[in-house]
Amino acid sequence: MFQIVEKRSLNPSMTLMVVKAPYIAKKAKAGQFIILRVNEKGERIPLTIADYDREAGTVTIIFQIVGKTTMMLNQLNKGDAILDFIGPLGKASELEGHKHAAVVGGGAGCAIAYPQAKALHAMGTTVDMIAGFRNTDLIILEEEMKAASEHLYLMTDDGSNGHKGFVTNALQANIDNGVSYDLVVAIGPLPMMRAVCDLTKKAGIKTIISMNSIMIDGTGMCGCCRLTVDGKTKFACVDGPDFDGHLVDFDEAIKRNATYRKQEREAAEEYKCRLFEGVDNA
Amino acid sequence: MPNMKPDKTPMPAQDPIVRSGNFEEVEYGYTHEMALEEAQRCLQCKHAPCMTGCPVHVQIPNFIKCIIDGDMDLAYDTIRQTSSLPAVCGRVCPQERQCEKICVRGIKHEAVGIGRLERYVADWKMKNGSLEIKKAEPNGHKVAILGAGPAGLTCAGDLCAKGYDVTIYEALHTAGGVLMYGIPEFRLPKEIVQKEIDGLRESGVKIETNMVIGRVLSIDELFEMGFEAVFIGTGAGLPRFMNIPGEGLSGVYSANEFLTRINLMKAYLHDYDTPINRPKCVAVIGGGNVAMDAARSAKRLGAEKVYIVYRRSEAEMPARLEEIHHAKEEGIIFQLLHNPVAIHGDEEGHVTAIECVKMELGEPDESGRRSPIAVEGSNFNLEVDTVIMAIGNSPNPLICQTTDGLEDRRGCIVVDDHMKTSREGVYAGGDTVTGAATVILAMGAGKDAAAAIDEYINSK
Repeated sequence: MFQIVEKRSLNPSMTLMVVKAPYIAKKAKAGQFIILRVNEKGERIPLTIADYDREAGTVTIIFQIVGKTTMMLNQLNKGDAILDFIGPLGKASELEGHKHAAVVGGGAGCAIAYPQAKALHAMGTTVDMIAGFRNTDLIILEEEMKAASEHLYLMTDDGSNGHKGFVTNALQANIDNGVSYDLVVAIGPLPMMRAVCDLTKKAGIKTIISMNSIMIDGTGMCGCCRLTVDGKTKFACVDGPDFDGHLVDFDEAIKRNATYRKQEREAAEEYKCRLFEGVDNA
Repeated sequence: MPNMKPDKTPMPAQDPIVRSGNFEEVEYGYTHEMALEEAQRCLQCKHAPCMTGCPVHVQIPNFIKCIIDGDMDLAYDTIRQTSSLPAVCGRVCPQERQCEKICVRGIKHEAVGIGRLERYVADWKMKNGSLEIKKAEPNGHKVAILGAGPAGLTCAGDLCAKGYDVTIYEALHTAGGVLMYGIPEFRLPKEIVQKEIDGLRESGVKIETNMVIGRVLSIDELFEMGFEAVFIGTGAGLPRFMNIPGEGLSGVYSANEFLTRINLMKAYLHDYDTPINRPKCVAVIGGGNVAMDAARSAKRLGAEKVYIVYRRSEAEMPARLEEIHHAKEEGIIFQLLHNPVAIHGDEEGHVTAIECVKMELGEPDESGRRSPIAVEGSNFNLEVDTVIMAIGNSPNPLICQTTDGLEDRRGCIVVDDHMKTSREGVYAGGDTVTGAATVILAMGAGKDAAAAIDEYINSK
């Protein structure tokens, strides 16, 4: 059992949890992930490690409350425990040796983009952080992202923070203004990462993306997380989760991630109903 | 006088139509009368050829004699002396290729049902036996085992019996390896596996789940932690694909994924959260036990049509005879001498058909089996919504990638005759050495490694 030592709501649909996991905290590196299982009948879901504290022996995860498992996870509070917590899995990000990087995060993806920005910043790379949200109420980690970058560009789809547009608009504007990036890190929903990659491919800038494929074991055993990279089959859990975004077959990845959409929706609806019933009965 | 009936005493089983709709165990096992009748078919050969066919050298005539004498506790102890998992082996060993293959009764008629008798003894013990756990005197030496599958469990059990302080590190949340995630409930009930593991725990073996060695701890760190030897039994956990077009479509599974969702994550039970698509028409590619398991599981999820697509003929199929027989009884359709060349899908990326080509058998290849050759222009589509690839697994590369000085050949860890790797104090066995094989061979390797580790530590 893995105890939750801190829980914080970042916005109405995103939660941060600090979990006691000393072995994992000792080894974790930026870009790696954990797999967790909330209870005996739960599924195993992967979540990227948002931060870690080797001394305190803790690992921080940030998750968007989208399906049954994340809803159940969000029901847990400080002092409660997560049944299974496995990691650190996947390869660490290779971020060394860059002068000027743009780190692009989309929505919940900012939670994972932020530690990348922090790691790059700590290596002495000049970092522009470009973060996109649907509206201003959903903005998370603003202070943290500001601290980990030279410039923070906060974009909202509806313009409610005064900067209307997508992350790609901000990235393109910077490139057009003569900023010369030698690295772009893009993390967020697959269509967003694809849009960034389309842009950077034209501009000829190396782009790393982080895949959020469906997984079970996370050690290469099931092959569920496979994707096509440069025409070859790769497993996100052991070959990634970071990949060269210009070589990823996004069409296939988007379709594969939708494999269980129907079941996921039904399970979430059913769970929501049960939660409300519980409230009524109380 | 031995019972000279030519055939094995039949094993009662669930009706094929009924069982293809549930996940309960197919065979019920012998009653005491049936076991006695079958035990009496054994000739009690002095030279016991059957034993030479057993990778862990179970004293077969002796335990069968105990059944006849009515001393079931002794029958169990006799098996348990050399086998850590009797209830498992009685169910999943390919006896027709091992002990029963060289049974003297098998020369003219059917061999003695050794596997069935082993299962009977193990099940009897679970039901009636006393739970006296004999704990060995601790010898003060620590050994780490990587992987709680058949090889690791056996190695741990043997070392623990010699007094070693044994810790198994398991990557998944449940111990058992392929016995838990791979082999289905209807062939090997998970309760039985759990009981065998609980027994090992009670005898003193420590099991740490959720520990992916190679990531969370390295082998070097294990030595720093005071372990004097390490056994690697991490299995063949990297599924192979065919590299044909369409393998990325939704509805294409590796057998590992399909079976893990069902067995380990219990996707077939409605109160578990792991999703699985309940297929209508399924093609399983391959001819081994895993292919049979996947096909029969798909049937139990409600599939109307399940095909086994295999590129050779039935004679070359590597699956246990009993599994092939059961699969046929349950209505699995065998598309033999067929090979997939592409998988087709709709606009949303879901599988709609598998394109196959017909095959002919040519000259024997290096494996001694006649090699299949494609018949040009014989392509046709089989309409399916799910494709399961059961064409084998490679060893998981994680340990080799994260351990310096560990020699491997095409991903398989290289060991000498005593299961010793190129690193001092590091031993390996099971599928991670041989590539995908059987439970009993992995157990045999775990056993040999335990003996070698004992000798190594004693000689230090």
